Amino acid sequence: MIAHSIFFFSFSTIAIISAIFVTVSKNTVHSVFFLILDFISISCLFIMIGAEFLGMIMLIVYVGAVAVLFLFVVMMLNVTEQKNQWFTSEKNSSHIPIGLIISTIIFFELIIVISGWKYKPDLLNTSNLIMNNDTTNTHSLGKIIYTDYIHVFQISGMILLVAMIGAIVLTFRQRTGVKKQSYIKQISRERYEGVEVLEVESNKGVKIDD
Amino acid sequence: MTEIGLGHYLTLGVVIFSIGIIGIFLNRKNIIVILMSIELILLAVNINLVAFSIFLGDLTGQVFTLFILTVAAAEAAIGLAIIVVYYRNSGTIRVEEIDQLKG
Repeated sequence: MIAHSIFFFSFSTIAIISAIFVTVSKNTVHSVFFLILDFISISCLFIMIGAEFLGMIMLIVYVGAVAVLFLFVVMMLNVTEQKNQWFTSEKNSSHIPIGLIISTIIFFELIIVISGWKYKPDLLNTSNLIMNNDTTNTHSLGKIIYTDYIHVFQISGMILLVAMIGAIVLTFRQRTGVKKQSYIKQISRERYEGVEVLEVESNKGVKIDD
Repeated sequence: MTEIGLGHYLTLGVVIFSIGIIGIFLNRKNIIVILMSIELILLAVNINLVAFSIFLGDLTGQVFTLFILTVAAAEAAIGLAIIVVYYRNSGTIRVEEIDQLKG
């Protein structure tokens, strides 16, 4: 239990500090790096409390795909040299204090909610206690994903498909003046377009470059 | 050392959620940082769901965390595509210079 506490506090401290640095760091690339650190420490927490499958999936999806996507876009768009300008808006800066006030209000509301919160007694022993120690976390998750939640699972697959097509359609652009292969043109080419039979007189030859 | 309970995980979720919201409101740089703040908020929600799932002994929370992960990945892909297209058209993604809607 002591080890659990020590690991929890160290990982959560790293997570909170890196979350702060995501928002305040001057360089956007550094923000992405801190986002990766945040995801890794949170997934360590997940693995620690027994949700191994989700921890690993978070590592794969967030660190391997989403954060690298962010990194690609940040490096592609040439925005890294922009200076950070906290609280120094030139034009309308009226939304900054209001944003601060709203954020602190949300924070304290959530703190009040979770500190004065307890289980409803008849929720404590629910009938759908699916977790047991015989099967692994991944095994039991797979058992209920592919049976009880199969429709939601397929809908999430459709969401991913729509997102993929949408991203391709949004960023696709037809360039002009680029030489490309045209398969239709190549396949449907006839013999008379490429080869010409000439009557060659003797001792004269053929002039090719007309 | 006290026992690590559900409240600790919920507090961690609250702190990360608030940092995400502050990051959205106070951002003066580019939209990419706002998208990263949204990812932080989704991460906080995931922490809440997983903590409840573990401490209640019910796997449904972890299943829904999986679906939130899916939606977060789709949202990041679409949002970054929109940002790339906007940058290609207008040459900037600074928050202050995106004012075509006059909002």
